[in-house]
Amino acid sequence: MLRFLVGRFAVLIPTFIGVSIIAFSFIRLLPGDPVMLMSGERVMSQERYEKITQELGYDRNIVIQYLDYFGDLMQGDFGTSLVTKKPVLTHFSELFPATLELSLCAILFAVLLGIPAGVFAAIKRGSAFDQTIMGTALVGYSMPIFWWGLLLIILFSGILGWTPVSGRISLLYYFPSVTGFMLIDSLLSGQAGAFKSAVSHLILPTIVLGTIPLAVIARQTRSAMLEVLSEDYVRTARAKGMPPLRVIGVHALRNAMIPVITTIGLQVGVMLAGAILTETIFSWPGIGKWMVDSVFKRDYPVIQGGLLLIAAIIMLVNLLVDILYGLINPRIRH
Amino acid sequence: MAQASTAALDKAKAGEVTRRQRFAEFWFYFSENKGAVIGLWVFLALVVLAILAPLIAPHAPNAQYREAVLLPPFWQDGGQAAYLLGTDQVGRDMLSRLLYGAQFSLFIGIVVTTLALTGGIFVGVIAGYFRGWVDTVIMRLMDIILAFPSLLLALVLVAVLGPGLMNAMIAIALVLQPHFVRLTRAAVMAEKGRDYVVAAKVAGARPLRLMFRTILPNCMAPLIVQATLSFSTAILDAAALGFLGMGAQPPTPEWGTMLAEAREFILRAWWVVTLPGVAILVTVLAINLMGDGLRDALDPKLKRS
Repeated sequence: MLRFLVGRFAVLIPTFIGVSIIAFSFIRLLPGDPVMLMSGERVMSQERYEKITQELGYDRNIVIQYLDYFGDLMQGDFGTSLVTKKPVLTHFSELFPATLELSLCAILFAVLLGIPAGVFAAIKRGSAFDQTIMGTALVGYSMPIFWWGLLLIILFSGILGWTPVSGRISLLYYFPSVTGFMLIDSLLSGQAGAFKSAVSHLILPTIVLGTIPLAVIARQTRSAMLEVLSEDYVRTARAKGMPPLRVIGVHALRNAMIPVITTIGLQVGVMLAGAILTETIFSWPGIGKWMVDSVFKRDYPVIQGGLLLIAAIIMLVNLLVDILYGLINPRIRH
Repeated sequence: MAQASTAALDKAKAGEVTRRQRFAEFWFYFSENKGAVIGLWVFLALVVLAILAPLIAPHAPNAQYREAVLLPPFWQDGGQAAYLLGTDQVGRDMLSRLLYGAQFSLFIGIVVTTLALTGGIFVGVIAGYFRGWVDTVIMRLMDIILAFPSLLLALVLVAVLGPGLMNAMIAIALVLQPHFVRLTRAAVMAEKGRDYVVAAKVAGARPLRLMFRTILPNCMAPLIVQATLSFSTAILDAAALGFLGMGAQPPTPEWGTMLAEAREFILRAWWVVTLPGVAILVTVLAINLMGDGLRDALDPKLKRS
């Protein structure tokens, strides 16, 4: 097991180095003078230009510059925002809980609805129920989620007036951030109505972000279940008179879950990409909106650092999925 | 001499027959999937509408009618027959813009898929055929691209290249390419050891011929399925970039860009927001339905099961 873990981790190192090279070269690919771009100033005197060039180390060999950059990364220095003059990592750690909370809710929504839907569709293969579920899943899978979000806003916020349009919580409430998760913090604050407000702000973004993963999980669960249900051991279990619910719930589902877990893991990247759109529509203060804003503000150090941090998180999640996969499916380990 | 030419003719005829047989077999499995057939018809209808847009659109896509701002579709109170699907915030005809938008979306799909497919096949065949360090370098590079969420990487690339439809297409093609590389590489590795490849090699075929004439045609099935998926992803991602203001720039009648422009009117004029989205959804859904049918018809593993 330890060898498996170490091996998996070792594969990440060259990829991470590659990702850091891409992030490093990003600034140099931009049209324009990197010194001007990174200092965020438009006009400067010759002396100041040279001083900043030296400060940023742009007068040195490019390989040395990269090694320096990589050394900074290893010490947790991901650059400084041009707009706020605060470290990129500080911003990231402030905003990431918002994205994480939204993503967790969305994946929970997708799993809780998607797995039962897929299982029932597989059991009732070919029925009207199966066709409806699979048709809906294909529509969900083809959904432009930025439009889906707008539609939900028109319906639930505009016409019905049930949910707020944007943000994480009503401005009426203020309490210090303890965990960064609004659901938990609002409960801890003890203010009446705060938790309800946080929940009502979360509902629509959760549905929007969870739609595509929901569709993918339902489809994957169905096809994995269909495959497993035709296996000999399922027939044996049925033949020896085991109750159908037990056959499906214990024998079939457990084996069908193996590919589904991989699918869920793969959805994390999809989620973070989806968060860019979902957070923009709902003005959700997370890393997706932060990245879009930074692109508009040409805050290049933030784009550079954010890109790297997001890639690192996706790589870590993929590693976790791999390990989890090894735990449930011992065949992989050897 | 005459004999030789008849033989050649026969051979050509035989080739024709097997090709027709193969197509008949393909159509048999494809048409079993009703959704796929519907998807195909919808897609063909969209292609026709896009091509005929200049002829059938009632107005120029960017013509602004100042007296007809935010008119609802004709069936609602205040709607006019001259603007069947209503007008947008500066008085442009929605129907005409949607029709021209179909041109953009299909164009985006074709260009992005062609770029990603040809690039991916080329790199994938090289990696799978030569193996060794070439393979390692290529696959590591693809892993790196795949470590980024596609939309984020496209967004950042567009930030580098500058916003615009062309740059958005390049960025999306680059992001979609690794899937083709992986598929091609795996297929080439599986086919490379087969007898017919060895036979061609013994007969003196050069590596280039082996790679692209002998092996590649036998690896096409998964690539075609992936290409349809990429087609719909390209349309979705380009619309998303347009929505974020990083793709096609106003006043281009690209569906995502139209949505972005219409955002502030969502609570006042449902049609400016709903219709471009419906257009994107219908297009993407039709292509995905086709993709499912293609997978059923082309994937030998699932065939006849």
